[in-house]
Amino acid sequence: MSILVYISGEHAGAKASHEAVTYAKKLGSDVVVVASGNSSDLADLGTYGASKVLVDANVSDADSRQITALVAKAVEATGADTIIFSHDLISKAVAPRLSVRLKAGLVSGAVALPEGDKIKVNVFSGKAFGYVTVKTAKKIIALLPNSISPEATGSACPVENFDAGTGNAAVKVVDKKIPEGEVPLPEAEVVVSAGRGLKGPENWGMVEELAKLLGAATACSRPVADIGWRPHHEHVGQTGLAIRPNLYIAIGISGAIQHLAGVNGSKTIVVINTDPEAPFFKAADYGVVGDAFEVVPKLIEAVKKFKG
Amino acid sequence: MNILVCISKAPDTTSKIAFKDGNTKFDETGVQYIVNPYDEWYALVRALELKESNGGNVTIITVGTAADEAVIRKALAIGADDAVRIDVNPVDAFEVASQIASYAKENNYDLILTGKETIDFNGSQVGSMIAESLDLPYVALASKLDLNGQTLRLEQEISGGIQVLEVNYPAVVSCAKGMAEQRIPNMRGIMAARTKPLKVVPAYASETYTSFESFSLPEAKKAVKLIDPNNMDELVSLLHNEAKVI
Repeated sequence: MSILVYISGEHAGAKASHEAVTYAKKLGSDVVVVASGNSSDLADLGTYGASKVLVDANVSDADSRQITALVAKAVEATGADTIIFSHDLISKAVAPRLSVRLKAGLVSGAVALPEGDKIKVNVFSGKAFGYVTVKTAKKIIALLPNSISPEATGSACPVENFDAGTGNAAVKVVDKKIPEGEVPLPEAEVVVSAGRGLKGPENWGMVEELAKLLGAATACSRPVADIGWRPHHEHVGQTGLAIRPNLYIAIGISGAIQHLAGVNGSKTIVVINTDPEAPFFKAADYGVVGDAFEVVPKLIEAVKKFKG
Repeated sequence: MNILVCISKAPDTTSKIAFKDGNTKFDETGVQYIVNPYDEWYALVRALELKESNGGNVTIITVGTAADEAVIRKALAIGADDAVRIDVNPVDAFEVASQIASYAKENNYDLILTGKETIDFNGSQVGSMIAESLDLPYVALASKLDLNGQTLRLEQEISGGIQVLEVNYPAVVSCAKGMAEQRIPNMRGIMAARTKPLKVVPAYASETYTSFESFSLPEAKKAVKLIDPNNMDELVSLLHNEAKVI
């Protein structure tokens, strides 16, 4: 089976890209990557199972029509019957377009490899799983980040220029600001999150300190984002971001059903809360009943000691 | 400016999720349906704001059965001018998108807005599929949308940062948090909604590409292990040795 994986050159070094190529390698013997935008990280995708990378440096990540044309052309060139995306901002714009263009059923939010003809996906904002079948000859799978572990078993692969002739971009990027050194939340393996129990934005110092020690991203509950204590992009939950880190530490968050929906894909959940009746303890693996302002500094000391 | 806002019903966010018929169907017992929050809070409200400052018309469209009309009236109460329901119980996102695209082709819209995803199937597919069917530009998960002549100026949140985009309309945009503030319908809006036009359109011919065969619930968590707040060394040790996550 011939599998094509779309990767944005800009994200070629990201864990989610390594996961997508690993997933493809487990599906079929011949894996080709098609990339928009060049990057020195592309050849390294061979380590995860790609036999080669086709790259068109003239395609803009912001223009879904250009990327769709590029991927469609690569499907034609390789004869691929399955196309894999990582379920991120770019793939949300491109994969459905490609589905229409190729008449290929799209399965988005996949969390596991297919079992027979069924593919397991996240539904009801993380409250349940669905099993999807595709009726069309070609299929497209958009994989949720942190669903499988990247496996580096091969070696670097050739990167070839692939001019898809997609013309000019209709969508133009006029400005881009990305803070450096922060761990992007959807990809983070450890997330430290806090809620109203912290009483005010001035008290986030200890949350950030704990996150930094653990190499974690920071997150927050909806009320905290709504009152402006923290930026919206940190809001996890049913109407925010759904994440599935290995470790989720919730500080001063009661655990409303809407919040749980966004985080219950986490492998391990630690809850720190003063209220022993907080619903979050029912969803937690480890719980600490206590005042965050006493517990978190002690946890920081314990982590420092552990990291030695 | 004529704006088409695609809305979907969704189970209330507090709904207990359960399945029936051998886990093949969503159990609607006791479930209250609402307008999918992203469609209502962000797409619809931003469309109304654009109309208020630039004039024009806001039409809402949904693909569903007569049972969805309560949800349509709610969206009309918030302020949409009129509504269209395409009379089919859709099987997949492609069917929803091709129905809406077929209707939009017959009626010219400057802007087609959707929510970033529905809170039940979370596919984030319909907007992009409509855009492809109509050969229009598409911007996913916009957190801001402003109008500048023929140009839309949009913002997207990327990796903790912001990306600013420009594209000429007509275009399709999916709307995420930041775009607008939720509006609560007032009594006048609710009264007016009763008499606003709601057109029912028969289904267009369309295909389906995928189907949900069954569902499952996540495994129940084991009972929480409580740790003494004065013994954080124990917590760190459990996270390292037992959970193996640090």
